[in-house]
This record gives sequence, C-alpha cells and structure tokens, in this order.
Amino acid sequence: MLDIPWGVMAILLPLAGALACFLWPRHAVPLGLVTAPGIVACVAGLGWQVTEHGAQRYAIGGWGAPLGIELYADGLSLLMLMVTALVGLGISVYCTGYFERKTSAVFWPLWLFLWAALNALFLSADIFNLYVTLELLGLAAVALVALAGDADALTAAMRYLLVSLLGSLCYLLGVALLYHGYGSLDIAILAQRVEPSPPVWAATGLMSAGLLLKTALFPLHFWLPPAHARSPAPVSALLSALVVKASFYILLRLWLDIFPLNNAAPGQLLGLLGAGAVLWGGVQALRQTRLKLLIAYSTVAQLGYMFLAFPLGTTIAWKGALYLLMSHALAKAAMFMAAGNIMRFGGHDRIADLDRVAQRLPLTLTAFALAGVSSMGLPPSGGFIGKWLLLDAALNSGQWWWALTLVLGGLLAAAYVFKVVGYAFTQAKVVYETRAVPARMEWTALLLALAAVLLGLFTPWPLALLDIGFPFGGGPAG
Amino acid sequence: MTWDSSLLLLILATSLVPGMVIFFLPEDRVGIRTTLNMAGAVVKLLLVGVMIWGVYHGQQYETRFPLLPGGLDLVLHADGESVLFVTLSTVLWLVTTIYAIGYLEGSRHRSRFFGFFSLCVTATVGVALAGNLITFLMFYELLTLSTYPLIVHRGTEEAFQAGRIYLRYTIAGGALLLVGTVWFYNVAGSLEFTHRGVVAGLDDSDRTALTAIFVLLIAGLSVKAALVPLHGWLPRAMVAPAPVSALLHAVAVVKAGAFGIVRVVDDVYGVEFAASLGVTGPLAAVAAMTIIYGSLRALFQDNLKRRLAYSTVSQVSYIVLGIAIVGPIATIGGLVHLVHQGIMKITLFFCAGNLAETLGVHKVSDMNGVGKRMPWTMAAFTIAALGMIGVPPLAGFISKWYLGLGALDAGQDWVIYILAGSSLLNASYFLPILYAAWFRKPPDAWPAERSFGRRETAWMLLAPPLVTALLTVAAGLLAAAPFSPLQWARFITTKEYGP
Repeated sequence: MLDIPWGVMAILLPLAGALACFLWPRHAVPLGLVTAPGIVACVAGLGWQVTEHGAQRYAIGGWGAPLGIELYADGLSLLMLMVTALVGLGISVYCTGYFERKTSAVFWPLWLFLWAALNALFLSADIFNLYVTLELLGLAAVALVALAGDADALTAAMRYLLVSLLGSLCYLLGVALLYHGYGSLDIAILAQRVEPSPPVWAATGLMSAGLLLKTALFPLHFWLPPAHARSPAPVSALLSALVVKASFYILLRLWLDIFPLNNAAPGQLLGLLGAGAVLWGGVQALRQTRLKLLIAYSTVAQLGYMFLAFPLGTTIAWKGALYLLMSHALAKAAMFMAAGNIMRFGGHDRIADLDRVAQRLPLTLTAFALAGVSSMGLPPSGGFIGKWLLLDAALNSGQWWWALTLVLGGLLAAAYVFKVVGYAFTQAKVVYETRAVPARMEWTALLLALAAVLLGLFTPWPLALLDIGFPFGGGPAG
Repeated sequence: MTWDSSLLLLILATSLVPGMVIFFLPEDRVGIRTTLNMAGAVVKLLLVGVMIWGVYHGQQYETRFPLLPGGLDLVLHADGESVLFVTLSTVLWLVTTIYAIGYLEGSRHRSRFFGFFSLCVTATVGVALAGNLITFLMFYELLTLSTYPLIVHRGTEEAFQAGRIYLRYTIAGGALLLVGTVWFYNVAGSLEFTHRGVVAGLDDSDRTALTAIFVLLIAGLSVKAALVPLHGWLPRAMVAPAPVSALLHAVAVVKAGAFGIVRVVDDVYGVEFAASLGVTGPLAAVAAMTIIYGSLRALFQDNLKRRLAYSTVSQVSYIVLGIAIVGPIATIGGLVHLVHQGIMKITLFFCAGNLAETLGVHKVSDMNGVGKRMPWTMAAFTIAALGMIGVPPLAGFISKWYLGLGALDAGQDWVIYILAGSSLLNASYFLPILYAAWFRKPPDAWPAERSFGRRETAWMLLAPPLVTALLTVAAGLLAAAPFSPLQWARFITTKEYGP
C-alpha cells in the first residue's frame, strides 16, 4: 500500500476517465461515476500516506528536480486535494440529475479534465508546472462556462477566457524572470536562492497581479459574477468552490516560500483589497434581485476574507484563512446547487418570487440556510472557526481594523442570506407549474452544506493536518 | 464514556434528537409527533432530576471535546447556576409543549414549528450547561437562529417585520459578544467559567482592556436580555404565537441574555474583580433604568401581549440588578428571580393566549368581565400578576425581599426606591386588568368566541397556566423547603462568596 504513488494516481485517474468519457460519449455518465469515487480513494490513500509518514515527494519517471518533474504533497496540498475530492464527488452526483444525456457527454470529459488539472496543481512543486496546470484549468473552466451555448453564456465565457489568459500571461512573465535570475523552477530551490532585487520585485508583482486577477480579488472581480451566475449550476458550483481557490493556493505558496517579504506593505495592501472585497461584495450581494448573482457576489466577499490573513502572517491567521477556504468551498457549492434546484423547480431565480418555490423544496432551502450559516460565520460551522482564528490573530497583533472588517462582513452576509431564507416563511398562495427535482440533487446540496457546518465541530484533525510538512514555516523543513 | 460524562450529552439529546426526527415527519402524523415531543420532555426532566441530585451531593459532571488549540474546548458542565437554569427550562418546556400542542391544533406547518421548538430548547439547555465562554457563544447563536423561524411562524407581513428586527438586534449583539470573547481570550488566555473568575491574577496594565471587553460582552448580552436601550425587538416579537412568546419571555431568549450577564459577572470576571473595575455600578444603573422604563411603557399599552412584553423588559432587569449590586443577599435575589420571573411570566402569556384563542380578546380594554367567562384562566392570571407586583407570599415577593435586603446589606439604599417605584408601577398596570376582569360587566358578545362545551377552554390550554400558577404559589410558600429555587440560589451564592 505504501509503495503506491497515490498522488500520481490522483492525477492520472481523472485524466484517463476524461479520455474514456471523450471516446465513449454514450457511456459518459457511468464512466464518470466510476472515476469519481476512484479519485476520492486515491486522495484518501495519499492522505493516509501523508498523515502516517509526513510530506511526500515523487519524482516522475525517476528524474528529480532540477531536471525532471517533481510532485510534492504536504498538509496544505492534502487539504486542498481533500476539499476538491469532497466537492468533486458532490458535483459528480449532482450533475447526473441536472444535465440531460447530450450535455452530459460534453460535461463529463471537461469536468474530469478540470479535476485532473486541479489535483496536478495542488501537487506541483515547481512554478512552471504550476503555470501549466493553471492554464489547463483555465481552459477547461472556460469551456464549461460556454456549456449552456446561448449568447449570454458565450459572452461570459469569452470574457472569462481573456481574463484567464491575461492572468496566466502575467504569471508566466514572472516565472521567466525568476528562472532567468536563479536558474531553477523548483519552489524549494528558489526559496533558498531568491534574494530581494529589482527583477524579483518585478516577478513578485507580475505573478501576484496575474493570480489576483484569476482569484477575482476586489477590484479585479468584475469578470466573476457574470461567469459564475450564467453557467449551469454544477459549473457555477465548481467554479466558485474550487477553481478560484487554485490561483489563491499558488499565491499562498509563493508568498510563503519564495517572495522576499522583508517589509509589511504588500501584505497590508492585500489585506486592504481583501477588506474592500468583503464590504463591496457584501453590499453588492445585498442589492441583487437574482439568486445566482447574489451567490456569485457572496463569493467575491468570501474570497476577500482569505486575504485578511496576509497582513497578519501568523500561523493562526493562515489556518483561519484556510479554514474559511474549506468551509466556503463546501458551502458555496451547496448554495449554487440549491439555486440550481430552485431554478429547475420554478424556472426562475428572481428572489422576490421565491416564496412559491422555497416552501415546497424544504431540503433545498435547508441546504441554502445551513450554507448561509457558514457564510455568516455563525457557530457551529467551519466559517465560525475560520473567523474566530482570524479574529484571534488580528486582535493578537493589535490590528483591530481587520477584526472590524470580519464583523461587518458577517453582518452583511447575514443580511443577504436572510433576504433569501425569509421567503421560506411567507405564505405561498399562487400555484403554478413546476418541474420535479430529483432527490439526489436536493440531498447532495444538503450534505455538502451539512459538511460545511460540521467542519465547525470536528476541528482538531483538519487543523493538525495543516502542520504536516510545516507549510507555514517554523518547523524543521522551514 | 461513563454515565457521568454522558449525562449532559443525553440531556441535550433528549430535545435535539426528537426535534430532528420531527422535521422529517409529514404534517398529519400528529400521534408520533406528540409522542416524540412528550417523551423527549419527560425523559429530559428525569435526567435533570438525576443531575440535580448529583450536583447537590458534590458530583462533578463535565464533558469536554477539543475544539481549537490553546485550551479552547467545547465544554458542558453542571454547576449550581446551570442546574438552576436547566431545571427552569426543562420544567417549562414540558408545560409549554403541552400548551403548544393544544394551541396549534389543526394549524399548518406544525412539523416545522415543533422541530424548531425543540432546537430552541436544545440551545437554551446548551447555554445553561456551557462550561466556558466559547461554548456559551455557540449555543447562544444557535438560539438566535432557532427562534427566528418561530417568530415568523405565522408568515404574515407583521411577523416578517418582527423577525427582521429581531435578527438585526440579535445578530449585531452576537457580533459584539464574539469580538468581546475573542479579545478576552487574547488578554486572559482562558475562557473557562470558574467561581472566582479567571482574571483576578492579571496585572494592572490590562484593566482598561478588561473594562472595554466587559462593555462589549455586556452590550452583546443586553440585546437578548432586553436592557434599555437595546430592548426594541422584544415588544415587536410578541406577534409570534402565544407558546413562542411564553418561551421567549420566560425561558429561552431573554433568560439566556440575563443568564449570560450572570455568567460574565460572576464566573468570567468574578464579582469582586468586576466591582474593583468599577463596572458593576453603571450596570446596576442601566438595570434600574430599564426596570422603571419598562414599567412606564407597560402602563400605556392597550394590547395585552405588548403590556406583558414591556413588563418582561422591566422584570428581567431585576436579575441583572441583583448581580450588579454586589453582595451575597442581592445575588440570591437576582438568581432566584431568574426562576420566579420565568414561572410567573409564562403563566401570564399562557393566559393571554387562552383569552385570544377562546374569546378573541387581545386588548386590555376588551377584558371587562372576562373573569366570569373564564374563571380558571383568570385565577391563574391573577396569581401571576399579584406575584409580579410582589404580594406575599408569592414567588415575586421572595425575589423583591432578597433584592431589597441585599441592597441595604451592600449599602446601596437607592435600590429600595427603585424597587418600591417599580412595585407601584407594576400594581398600576396589573390591578386595573384584574379589576376589569373580575368586577366589570362582561360585554354581550366576545370578539371571536369558540365553544369548548362545559369547559371554559381546551384542557391542554388550561392545565399549563394552572400548573405554573401553582408553582408560583409553591415557590413563595415553600421557599424554605430544600430544593426550592431560593435554597438553590443560596447554595450557589455560598460558593460564589463563601470561603
């Protein structure tokens, strides 16, 4: 068991699945439904290896860095892989109810390909590999946005494509600068060699800007709401829950290991933008009249929280941000799925007319409400734990204004969540035509939301996981 | 897990599990739903009985789960204060469940109602059993979330509006409490509830921060405890169905706030340290102001439930006042009022619900001669109202007696004037009701009368107020008996102030 390179399997299996779905489109659904649990099993295997034996390093084809490609898995990578696996499993089940057969045949290869790109990204140990996986991820995501095929979707997809390419291009320029300066692409090697100098500052700026654009940090978030709101529900879910987190992950890695941070200004800037995102996203979400746009703006706000860790920079703050990342991934996937159910049931997502729908889909509404609880950061939920850790870090360092942002963001989130949930309790009178929602679509949303809430009660294990391989420094591995 | 450590979990589970099952029950499964509700309430009562016995004999009950590094655990813990509050909520939950089953007979969305009702009680019991501030906070917020659906249960525009205001107040209050809690943890390094507080050993440089934190914590808790000027949500929330109002005012929300204040003053800061910070004086002043203001507003309400709501604003502050006077006897008065106010106020709300359901009477001005039509209901109402005024030998008298005595003992004579003024005001808004109900001529027709045969109303609506009215008499008459609320409050206070 120990000898099996589970990390490599976690990339190859979805790739093979994607290929199979592409070659036999008639059997895409069963093929996909076999692959998805397989990927989860691979991640579980890797998780077992990492928790038992510490961080893992694989040299692909027997060639290690600096010549060959290396994969590296520590607690941070593992956490991202696990969240992806959990949400991915949910999306895989959900989409079987959502898509018709014809769309399924297109969706499955793209989705599995995207999953492979995500897993590869989280396991990459050098900055060029990260670029490649980021680009693959972006292309798959753009294709998925275009899946609906109408004019709106194509416009959104085109805009998304341009943003995605621009972001990767900036990142690639930074990679070139670093490679030129230090002759290596490996993160661990660069970490030892990089010293503050003008080219490094340029690289830092370029790579950060590209990644921030892809992560849709305020004020670079303009492309996110249309792209996330116009897509089919499973696609919205995977974009909001997973794809934006990938570029955040890269930024975090570079920030922790490579970028020379001997002054506090860049961190403060990121924190400021994060605070802007929390407030702006929250206000915009509150103003929306369409459910999916509201959820999309909520993503903008929630992404902002994660950047509040940068000015604080302590292990507690990073853990808080990652806890928010996990719970947001689960909660946001659940929210978009719930919105998908409501649209399927009533044919629209106008918030003001939701009362007729909400009362007859109690499971879906519960899913939305539970996901909302986590987004507001109310206990007991993963969102609460993340917020607690960030508050603790903020007050501990005396930077109370970040604490204020966290609190205001929570109040805004409560306002927009209850704007929707309140409709469950108005008295529905009008009866009109509805379309049945398969039970598995309702239950997937509910279980994911429940997972986001339970994350607030079962904290020790995920928190301990983040210490494996010391991704935040302070340990023997640096 | 041993019996001792799982007892507290079982007490929580006896309302949580039935609640979860009830959510999934179809509307028409009345039998199963009632059985689940009643079984949960009765079993919880038995378990609480076991716990009281154990705590009285020095048994330690504690359940701990790790939550965050740095000693932040989820802790359930049974000490004197928790026993007092748990017992109150468990007994009143049982009677309110009976009442609610009768009250909501035949109405819609009952599974949803009883599901959230059970969750609400779970949260209240959690608040009572919480062994540190973070656990308290978790259940406190759960209480906010689980009461919202009960307040908006009727689904009318008015209910919706009340729900929105309720959320605005409580979520903002929760945010203050959260910030205060995290900050306190940062300064003191521990959130455990202990009898002398955890901050006494800190050096002087932290005193400013500790004062600011105290203000944050108390402000956050005052929202639910409805201290002026943060009381605005409470009178509006009375649009909820009567059993919800009863629970809100007597057991769950308002009490959780007051109980939180007791915890912060007694077990987080320690009463002596709080007094040395100079924060108890202002707290007592706010409580005194609330007592007078609430009574004054109650005087001018014609809607019966609104009058009762303002009366709650006033009466709950007795608890806070008792704690803030700083002295063993006043503390006894405050703690015992936690129970006494609960049983008296729940009786009043049950009776108000009976009048509304049976006769369609919502206003004080429609209550002329109602005592002749519904003598039993009005008898219960009368006992509770007299108790509120503080007529001996009813429960309210005991509270006021100890508060007054405690104030004199602590050298704070001004409290006597507050108590006297408040009693006068209580009498002026309750006695006219009693007079009209018993001595005025009934009208020719009631606004919306329903007939229940020979009985004045359904027995499920009548029995609960009679039981709680009897408890009001018993708590006063038998105050010296072992295990009475008064004796239990003494038991707690000797631990707080004793050697």
